[in-house]
Amino acid sequence: MRALFSLFAVAVIIVVVVLAVTTDAGRLFFGTILPYAAIAIFLVGMVYRVIDWARSPVPFKITTTSGQQRSLPWIRNSNLESPRNKWGVLGRMLLEVLFFRSLFRNTKADLKDGPRLVYGDAKWLWLAGLIFHWSFLIIFIRHFKFFVEPVPGWVMMIQNLDGFFQVGLPIFYITDGLILAALTFLFLRRVLIPQMRYISLAGDYFPLFVIGGLVISGMIMRYTPLRVDITDAKLMGVGLVTLDPVLPEGLGAIFFVHLTMLTVLLLYFPFSKLTHMAGVFMSPTRNQANDNRVRRHINPWNPEVKVHTYEEWEDEFREVMKAADMPLEKDTESK
Amino acid sequence: MYDAGKVILGVVLFLAILLFPVWYNLAKGQTDAEPELAEPVKGETCVAPTDYMRSNHMDLLDDWRDRVVRDGERIYVDFTGNKHEMSLSNTCLDCHADKAKFCDECHTFMAVEPYCWDCHIIPEATTAGEVTHGT
Repeated sequence: MRALFSLFAVAVIIVVVVLAVTTDAGRLFFGTILPYAAIAIFLVGMVYRVIDWARSPVPFKITTTSGQQRSLPWIRNSNLESPRNKWGVLGRMLLEVLFFRSLFRNTKADLKDGPRLVYGDAKWLWLAGLIFHWSFLIIFIRHFKFFVEPVPGWVMMIQNLDGFFQVGLPIFYITDGLILAALTFLFLRRVLIPQMRYISLAGDYFPLFVIGGLVISGMIMRYTPLRVDITDAKLMGVGLVTLDPVLPEGLGAIFFVHLTMLTVLLLYFPFSKLTHMAGVFMSPTRNQANDNRVRRHINPWNPEVKVHTYEEWEDEFREVMKAADMPLEKDTESK
Repeated sequence: MYDAGKVILGVVLFLAILLFPVWYNLAKGQTDAEPELAEPVKGETCVAPTDYMRSNHMDLLDDWRDRVVRDGERIYVDFTGNKHEMSLSNTCLDCHADKAKFCDECHTFMAVEPYCWDCHIIPEATTAGEVTHGT
């Protein structure tokens, strides 16, 4: 039901776009106004999110570790699993952000006949996740060519590597196939595994369908005769980023579907689980060193406690204590 | 804000990467660049309508290559019934004589590097439409 709801939402958006871009007003709205609004909301929303997280205090040092902490010199410390300093943290963050190291530890639990509970590896999610994210990044970088003139050499290089096998004409991009396969896995995993289906929400399916729509509409435009004149697409892309928007005539409905899928993704991004893009950098379990025993972590919301030390107490009652011959820590007159 | 230095650095990096096209175009962009195709030196119509050729010429060339190289067919009947030899060098470049001012205009603009010219020799363009073909 929640999957169908999300699918329905995406389908409605596509139908609305296809109908709307037959009119000039619709093309202006979906081709210029909405993209600008989406970029603004995306950028402001993400920055707001990050600032909001950065303003939240971290009361405890809650590094999650899975390795030996630094202790005695003859016990080997695992600096990546239980970082002792910022270099360890940096290394661990890089592994996490670039290679999803914590997801690599993913396990599954199966109830076998007996009943017997069996734990095992579950690397498929890690693999599909890694393929999806890296493909998306490469596709994102490839798309710079639609927005800049002249196209930098490194964009050309990435594009040529992506089309390395020169299959088909226009050349098939490896990442296009990979991202579609990964998306299919991520979707089927939620639908076919009963436990996953039970915990999956509309907010889990919606981004999958939006990105699926984005990828498929993009592939239709590249690999099928429905393709649009890409020089028009580039004129429009350059127009958008130079604040001089144009709407060339030759762009068909499929182009606007593609653009609007991206627009919806951008609009949806700061309000959804997709903020993990920024959140991964801000998680206190990952970005702190495990150095509790070396450096004191002060809870930023500790209240100001009014203390009265013995020293102050003695100062207050020194004369009286002296008169009663009580021992004093500091006898001012005897010096 | 805690760790303000690192957070601000991160935010600035995020904006710099996402807004790459904006500052790159400002720095060294030729944003008024637009492909300008040279007029064909002869011929009334192309082998397919202009709109089709503009976006789908690669399908046609791919089809031609397969038919010539694999099936030995050489004659293409176009949408008006005219017959053409299926040949990039002898048919296409006969009218669109200057590769640099025709093919390359859009291909360079769109960062497309077709591998036609891995095998085909680029003919020398002449203004009169006299094309020197490679062997």
